[in-house]
Amino acid sequence: MRRSLLVALVVLPFLASCTKKNAGNEIVIGHYGSMTGSEATFGQSTDEGIRLAIDEINATGGIKGKKIKLITMDDQGKAEEAASVVTRLIEQEKVVALLGEVASSRSLAAAPIAQAKKVPMLTPSSTNPKVTEVGDFIFRACFIDPFQGTVMAKFASENLKAKKVAILRDVKSDYSVGLADFFAAKFKELGGEIVADVSYQGSDVDFKAQLTQIKSKNPDALFIPGYYTEVGLIARQARELGIKSTLMGGDGWDSPKLSEIGKEAVNGAYFSNHYSTESKEPAAIDFMNKFKAKYNKQPDGLSSVAYDATKMLIKAIEASPEIKASAIRDQLAAVKEFQGATGKITIDDKRNAVKSAVVVQVDGSNNKYVTTINP
Amino acid sequence: MEDFVQHIINGVSLGSIYALIALGYTMVYGILQLINFAHSDVYMMGAFASYYTAMFLGRDNQPGVGTLVILLVASMVACSLLGLVIERFCYRPLRKAPKLNILITAIGVSLFLEYFAQVVFGADPKVFPSVLNDTVLAEMNGVQLKSSDVTVLAVTVIMMLILNFVIYKTMLGKAMRATSTNMSVASLMGVNTDKIIAFTFIVGSSLAGVGSVLVGMKYPKIDPLMGMLIGLKAFVAAVLGGIGNIAGAVLGGLLMGVSEEMVVGYLSSTYRDAFAFGILIVILIFRPSGLLGKNSVEKV
Amino acid sequence: MKPLLVFAGLWLCGFAVDFSFDAFIQLILIYIMINMMLAMSLNLVNGYTGQFSLGHAGFMAVGAYTSGFLSTMLPPMAGGLQIFSYFFYAISGGLAAALAGWLVGLPSLRLKGDYLAIVTLGFGEIIRVILLNTQAVGGARGMYGILGPTDWDLGGFVVSKFVIGYTHALFWVVLCFLTIWRLIRSSHGRAFLSVREDEVAAEAMGVNTTQAKVRAFVLSSFFAGVAGSIFAHYANYLNPGSFAFMRSIDAVIMVVLGGMGSLSGSLLAAVFITVLPEALRPLKDLTGVDLRMVIYSLSLILLMILRPKGLFGSNEITDFIRRKSSAQKVKA
Repeated sequence: MRRSLLVALVVLPFLASCTKKNAGNEIVIGHYGSMTGSEATFGQSTDEGIRLAIDEINATGGIKGKKIKLITMDDQGKAEEAASVVTRLIEQEKVVALLGEVASSRSLAAAPIAQAKKVPMLTPSSTNPKVTEVGDFIFRACFIDPFQGTVMAKFASENLKAKKVAILRDVKSDYSVGLADFFAAKFKELGGEIVADVSYQGSDVDFKAQLTQIKSKNPDALFIPGYYTEVGLIARQARELGIKSTLMGGDGWDSPKLSEIGKEAVNGAYFSNHYSTESKEPAAIDFMNKFKAKYNKQPDGLSSVAYDATKMLIKAIEASPEIKASAIRDQLAAVKEFQGATGKITIDDKRNAVKSAVVVQVDGSNNKYVTTINP
Repeated sequence: MEDFVQHIINGVSLGSIYALIALGYTMVYGILQLINFAHSDVYMMGAFASYYTAMFLGRDNQPGVGTLVILLVASMVACSLLGLVIERFCYRPLRKAPKLNILITAIGVSLFLEYFAQVVFGADPKVFPSVLNDTVLAEMNGVQLKSSDVTVLAVTVIMMLILNFVIYKTMLGKAMRATSTNMSVASLMGVNTDKIIAFTFIVGSSLAGVGSVLVGMKYPKIDPLMGMLIGLKAFVAAVLGGIGNIAGAVLGGLLMGVSEEMVVGYLSSTYRDAFAFGILIVILIFRPSGLLGKNSVEKV
Repeated sequence: MKPLLVFAGLWLCGFAVDFSFDAFIQLILIYIMINMMLAMSLNLVNGYTGQFSLGHAGFMAVGAYTSGFLSTMLPPMAGGLQIFSYFFYAISGGLAAALAGWLVGLPSLRLKGDYLAIVTLGFGEIIRVILLNTQAVGGARGMYGILGPTDWDLGGFVVSKFVIGYTHALFWVVLCFLTIWRLIRSSHGRAFLSVREDEVAAEAMGVNTTQAKVRAFVLSSFFAGVAGSIFAHYANYLNPGSFAFMRSIDAVIMVVLGGMGSLSGSLLAAVFITVLPEALRPLKDLTGVDLRMVIYSLSLILLMILRPKGLFGSNEITDFIRRKSSAQKVKA
C-alpha cells in the first residue's frame, strides 16, 4: 500500500504531462504572469483585464469566425520560470501572440525567447525602456518610465511649486527604481532639490525608519514610486509620524485597495495614471461598467492596461490578412490612434505606446482628474 | 536627538512584534529542536481567521476593547487548532526521523498553507479591521509615543513572563523541560510526551494568533504571504537570542528591531537586510549559541 | 573508462533529444541538470559532512553573475571553440563561488546545526541584497542579454545550440558526480563522513574537523557556482530574485528528498523537483483554479511521511542493483 502510493506519487506527474491538447478552430493567445507567489495580486489583476477583453470578443463571435483561446501560465513571479513558461507557450501550445508580464524584469527574461521564435509579445505594463529594445517583435501598451518620471517631476515643480522633494523607492522592483531615477534626474533639471533618497523592499510592512529620516529633512513633497500594496501603509505611517508633505506616486498606485488600506492618509495625494475615475471618455466608462458587472469590484490600473493591451492585440489580429505571428507583428507595429479605455494609443517606431498621462488626486475611492500631460 | 528617540521607539515597537512571533518559534524549538517553518503561516492564517470573523460579525469598523477580545479569541482558537492538526498529521509520524526530514515537512506545510491561502482567500491584500483607536500617550518635541507601540511591547513582555512562569514554576513546565532534555527518558518517567508536545504547539500557535491580531492592528494589510518576511526575521531573532530560550527570543527580537531601525536611520536603507544579517553573523561568531543560549560543551 | 562511456552515451542522447523534442523539453532538461549539480554539491555539505547549509543560492548567484559579467567583457569564441569559452566562464564562476564559500565557511563553520544554517542563510541574503544594489550588474532590473550557446555550422551539418549547451552542462554534471563519488571514497571523504558521524571522535582520531568542513564547503560552493554559470548562459538573463532564500530551500529539499548522502538520490530528486511543478500545469484545465503548487507542497509532505529517509536513504542506486543480483546468485 505504502509502496504503491509512493510509486503513484512519483509517476503521476509524468503521466499528467502527457494529456492531449485540443487543436480546434481557435486562435491561441498566451498570457504569462505571476498568478501565484509574492506578486500574485498583480498577475491576477492583469489576467482579469485580459479575460474581460477576450470574453467580449468571443461573445460577438470571435475573429473571422474563430474563437480566441487564452492560455494563462503562472511564472510564480520568477524570471527563470517566465522564460520556461514562454518557451512552453510557444513550443507546445503554439500561441500566435503573447501577453505579459507586469514586471519589466520578467519581461526582459522572456522577450529574447519570443524574439528568437518570432512570436509577437505585447506587454501591458512593463515600463522599463529596455524591454522593447530586445527586438522588433516586442511591444508595449503603456507609457515608459522616463515619460512618467518627467510627468511627475514637472507636476511637482510647476503645479505643486515644490522645491525640496524626498524619494522613497522600492529597491526590489525595477519599476520603482527606474521611475525614481528618471524623476530625480528631471526634477533636478527643473531646479528642484532631492533632499532624501531612501529605499524599502517590497513586502516590508514597517517604513517608519525611512520616514523618520525623511521627516528630519522636511521636504515639500514625498515621491513614492511603488505599488499600492505598500503605499497605503507608507502613507499611514508617514501621517502617524507627522509628515505633512504632499504625497506623489506613479501608476502603480492605481487600485481601490490604496484608499482602503491608506484610509484618509492617502487623501489629497497625487499620482500619474492612465485615466481618472471621472473620465468622460465612453471607452473608459464602458470598461469600468463591464468590469464591475463581471468581477463585482472596481478595476485597478493593471486590469485596465491589460484590457487595452488585449483589445489592441485583438484589433491587430483582426487586421491581419492571415493569422500568423509575423502578420500580427506587422499590424501591431501599425497601430495608430487606438482608442482604449486608458486613452489614445499610438505605437511608435520603437514599439512603445505613445499616450498621454493624467495626474489624478486621491479622494476616497475616487481619483479626481487634475491635469493631462501629453507626451 | 528627536530623530534618535523616534528611531528607538520605532525599533522597539517593530522589535516587539518580532519578539512575539519569535516566542512561538523558540517554544517549538525548545521541545523538538525543530525549526517550525510553518509557524509564520499559522500566523498568517490567524490574521485571516480574525479578518473573516470581524467581517462575519460586522465588526470590521468598530474599534474597541470588545472587538479586540473577539478577534484575539477567534485568532487564537483558529491558530491553536491549526497548530494541533499540523503537529498530529505532519510532525508526529516523523518523530523518529532525522531532523532535516521534519524540517522539509515543515517547509512543505508552510508552502501548502501559503498556496492554499492564495487559492482560497485570493492573492490581493485585504484590509484588516480597525481594532483599537490609536492614542498618543506622550509627546515631546514632535516625538510621539503611541498606544499601539506600548500595547505590543506590553503584550510581548506579559507573554514572556507567563511562559517563563509556566515553564519553570509548574508541573506542566517541568514535564516540558523533561521532554526537551530527553524524550525517551521523560516518557519512561511517566510523562506523556505526545501530549506535552501537542500542548507546546497549542501555546506556540496561539502566540502566533495574538501576534497576527496585534500586527494587523499596527499594519492593517494582510495577504497570504504576509508571514514570509516577518517570520524569517522573527526566526533569526530567536536564533540571535539563543533558540529555545524564552527571554532570549524577546531580547533577540528587540535587538533585531532596533538594529534594523538604526541601520536605516544612520547607515543605509538600501542595505537594511544585509546589515541586519551582518549583525547577526558577527554576534553568532562571537557567541555561537546566541546571546542567552547555553553554550553546550560536547562530551564524549 | 566506464565514466567516459557513460558520458558518451548520455551525450548521444543529447542529439536524440535535439531531433525529437521541442525547445521547452530541452530547456527543462538543462534546468534538471543545473538542479542536479546544486543537489549533488549541497549533498556533499549536508549529506556527507553533516553540516546544515541554507545559503546555496548565494553561491550559485556569485557563480552566475561572475560568469555572466565575464562574458560581457570577453565574448565567447565563434563556432566549436565556444565550448571552451563557456568552460572558461564556468571555471571562473566556480572559482569565484569557491572563494565566497571559503570566506563564508572559515568563520561560520565552527557553529553547529541550526546556527550554521542561519549564518549561511544570512550570507546568502547578504549576497542577494548586494547584487540587488549593484548597478553594474543591473540591480533590480536584472542582467539581460547574456550570451548563450549559438548554432555551430559545420558546412551543411549544423550542431544546434542545444547540443552545445547540453554537452557543456553534461560535462559538468558528470564531473561533479565523479568528483564527489570518488572523493567520499578517498581518505579526505572518510574525514568528511567522520565529521558527520561524530565530530569529537573524528577530532580524537586526528581529523582536522574544521579543515574538513571548510574543504567540503569550498568544493560544494565551486560546483554551485558552476551550476550558476550554466544557468546564466542558458537563461541569458539574471535577476537577484532568482537567487532568493527559496532557491536554497529547493536545494535542501532535493537533498533530503533524494536521501542524505545518496548521489543517485540527489539526481532523481532533481528530476522530480524540476518536472513536478511543470507537469502539474495541465491540471488547471481540469480544476479551473491553479492548484498546482498546492499539490506540489502536499506531495512534498506526503513523500516525507511515506519515505522519511528520502527516496534512497543513504544508499546509491547501484546498491539496489547489486543487492538484487547477489540475491539472484544465492537463489541459483
